[in-house]
Amino acid sequence: MAYPYRHDSEVRLLSEHFGNPRARTLEGWVELGGYRALRKALGMDRAEVVNVVKASGLRGRGGAGFPTGMKWSFMPKKEPGKPHFLVCNADESEPGTFKDRELMRWTPHALIEGCLIGAYAINAEHAYIYVRGEFFEAAQIMARAIEEAYAAGYIGKNILGSGIDLDITLHIGAGAYICGEETGLLNSLEGRRGEPRVKPPYPAIAGAFRYPTAVNNVESLIAAAQIVENGAEWYRQWGTEKSTGTKLFCVSGHVKRPGNYEVPLGFNFREFIYDVCGGTPGGKAIKAVIPGGSSVPILTADELDIGMDYESMAAAGTMLGCGSVIVMDEGTNVVKQVRRMVDFYAHESCGQCTPCREGTAWSAKILKRIELGRGTPDDLDTLLDISDKMTGKTICVLSDAAAAPIVSSIEKFRGDYLALMEAGDLALAGAR
Amino acid sequence: MADETTAAVENVSVTIDGMELSVPAGTRLLDACAQAGVDVPHYCYHPGLSAPAQCRMCLVEVEKSPKLVPACVGTVAKDMVVHTESEAALKAREGVLEFYLVNHPLDCPVCDQSGECKLQDYVAAEGPAMGRSKEPKRVLGRDDFGGDVLFYADRCVMCTRCVRFMREVAQDERLTVVQRGHRAVIDTFFDEGLTGNLWADNIVDICPVGALVSKDFLHKARAWDLDRTPSICPNCTQGCNVRLETRDNQVMRIKPRPNPEVNAHWMCDFGRLNYQWINRVDRIEAPLVRDGSGRHVPMSWSEALMRLADALRGQTGGAAAVVSPFAANEDVGALRRVMEAVGGGGGVFRCEQGEEVTLPGFPELALRTDRAANVAGAELFGFSRAGGADGKGGLEGVAGHAGVLFVLGDELADAAADFGANASLFVYVGQHLSPAARNAHFVLPSTTFAEMEGTFTNVQRRVQRFWPALRAPGMSRPAWQILGVLLAGIGDAGAPGTAADAFAGLAAVRPEFGMLAWGDLGAQGAALPEAVGQAGD
Repeated sequence: MAYPYRHDSEVRLLSEHFGNPRARTLEGWVELGGYRALRKALGMDRAEVVNVVKASGLRGRGGAGFPTGMKWSFMPKKEPGKPHFLVCNADESEPGTFKDRELMRWTPHALIEGCLIGAYAINAEHAYIYVRGEFFEAAQIMARAIEEAYAAGYIGKNILGSGIDLDITLHIGAGAYICGEETGLLNSLEGRRGEPRVKPPYPAIAGAFRYPTAVNNVESLIAAAQIVENGAEWYRQWGTEKSTGTKLFCVSGHVKRPGNYEVPLGFNFREFIYDVCGGTPGGKAIKAVIPGGSSVPILTADELDIGMDYESMAAAGTMLGCGSVIVMDEGTNVVKQVRRMVDFYAHESCGQCTPCREGTAWSAKILKRIELGRGTPDDLDTLLDISDKMTGKTICVLSDAAAAPIVSSIEKFRGDYLALMEAGDLALAGAR
Repeated sequence: MADETTAAVENVSVTIDGMELSVPAGTRLLDACAQAGVDVPHYCYHPGLSAPAQCRMCLVEVEKSPKLVPACVGTVAKDMVVHTESEAALKAREGVLEFYLVNHPLDCPVCDQSGECKLQDYVAAEGPAMGRSKEPKRVLGRDDFGGDVLFYADRCVMCTRCVRFMREVAQDERLTVVQRGHRAVIDTFFDEGLTGNLWADNIVDICPVGALVSKDFLHKARAWDLDRTPSICPNCTQGCNVRLETRDNQVMRIKPRPNPEVNAHWMCDFGRLNYQWINRVDRIEAPLVRDGSGRHVPMSWSEALMRLADALRGQTGGAAAVVSPFAANEDVGALRRVMEAVGGGGGVFRCEQGEEVTLPGFPELALRTDRAANVAGAELFGFSRAGGADGKGGLEGVAGHAGVLFVLGDELADAAADFGANASLFVYVGQHLSPAARNAHFVLPSTTFAEMEGTFTNVQRRVQRFWPALRAPGMSRPAWQILGVLLAGIGDAGAPGTAADAFAGLAAVRPEFGMLAWGDLGAQGAALPEAVGQAGD
């Protein structure tokens, strides 16, 4: 099956082989040029691998945008009897995100290669790929690919005759958003409850099984492999000074052509939505856009003339996040959408920290009441105050993520809230 | 050891709420605040457990730190400036308190924790005056966790102290958090719940709210009606430091009192739930002296002790004794001195025994084999073990003794009807008039440990004080006082006026007690030194 949509403005580095079933097999992958990066990396000094990724400016694609090479350089010196681990975060669960799933579905060996290079760079002898439990097909494809790669000597003892042993274990999660938070993921990997850990210590000091660990996103690892093969300067030809390279954007909602698109960072957001994705079906006006996954502040239609890079998004008061674009047209009930998001966070909160456990659930109840037309204007003050008390007060940022859409929607769409309050019981009639 | 650790750590100067103090670098912020006299509110942190920093109640402002810092895991650094009551810190904590109350049932009027509840206290201190929630509350109800523990899920603040106690200290994981988010709730793994774990009631102590309560104490008393007296658990030789919590002259419950040398923060369920015997009301209330017709006649202490002194002066047949291992050092020591004054003699004690159960997370603490507090004291003063593990029997050697026979504290519930019938003089000092005690010529009512001052010597040879928590019934007095006055009557010793005098008198029998000053025992006791140069010991 051909991959759904393509566009000429795309720069397809990561997604080049999407839709090509040949890329899934080891044989096909090698034919397409696979595992060259691994051979090259194994011939390099470990520090050199880290340095080239550092020089490329690649930033973590999981959402936080922390430079990947920098993260690797934080790993301590190897001590005897103290293993290092590489953990690939494939627990892609941010609502609106589906890029890692496609990377694994179409190019499983690219991820294996990325994991092997990353593991080599940080001197780990074992890499874990933690796949979201619901990604049944992706996990099956990954498992098959890992088996093939073991059999062909790309993974295991003395890989490619280099004298280096590297193992990869596929670990399938049990369906929890919070296990995408790196320390929650590590706890889950260890068989504990998926609850984020208090930091410090950071994973580089005490990660998986309390040993030094680097946790990297699927897209970051695959990009790192390409950088090792082609060089830092090659990668820097795309993107901006501080947001280098290309990135996969997952588009959903009211656009004509939803799907994954790979564009250079810094690409104009309006052009992206209207040209690359074809604008809204029926040409309706856009009401709101979530640019980076459900946990980032919402943009209005007037705010779309910005670059799709970390800095420009931050300057616009939102975040690039993991590049999950959700477009909502003029017919959207914003309050309902925000309520659904907050419901999601309330459902997915691990429940450790009081502000998150209680704040998400309480906010969701208030929003539901407003949605049903039983809200009063003071509810908005309460919501903003709750959001403030949920932001920056907890172990991880799930609580902040839940608060962000509440705050930005009240700031930008207060009229929608007030209209539901005025409609009273008639709010239900207009709800959709 | 202390030198090694303190030498390496440098002291740093920190400022907490305007007060400058010097503490070792790396000190827990919460402890540093406590040193500055600031009690930072907290729920999940407990000094005996790991710190998950999840309740977010102890957030304080640290200058130059971008976010508020949880004081339970934050540590002090050089020149740190901390504000525990800044606007941001107070607002965050007020937020946490309001979040707790969104689903809290506010059933304080029927909650056993009321009056000693951290949610009540902190909300009163710095919580919002009114909650803003208009939503229906989540209702979960009550669950029997097994053992002595009831769980009121709606009151729970999810601090997970109980889960961590069972995991880290009891090392018997029977509790866990099930579900997540606002659906998260504490639950048991197995049908039996906590039943069978000897340490489970500690989770009731450390629960900061009324979520975990004791079935034994359920609706028995309000916290503010209780008087609390420092004491020593009498139920085994461990000597856990406890508080006797009393109302209407009855022990309502026993709670542990921290002592890092003996019991940390903990105690066992056997010890804490075994207090009914202290509350027995079938007590001897007046000295009883057998008259010419063989009847017991109540009389005043001075009359009774004068007659007893007279009776003892003629005795030459040597003495024998049965003492209780629940009797204080001062009691058994005074009896030993009286016995020596009438020619000396042997004596026995009987002690119930059971399986020893160690607390894995603090192995210095165990429910000890001997189920009485002062076995070591009885042995130190020359009494030897007799009878079986059920605390019965072993009276053969003394039952038919022909000289002076003393019984101190032992109820003699299992003694033969003719116990002491051959004794030339049978003196019973105790609490309960059992059939065997009725054979005594003199029946003298003494107090239990809960009604007097005194000391026990525990299994580690630690001498620990206890204080009177209850009024003694009728005319009963501490045995050390009864026997001390008697000793003054038959010898040249002065009568002890206080427990301190009685304690000082112990050195006459065991010189190592002379190396311990009463004033040094404090509330946590002190180790009894080994006797120096005492031959044949």
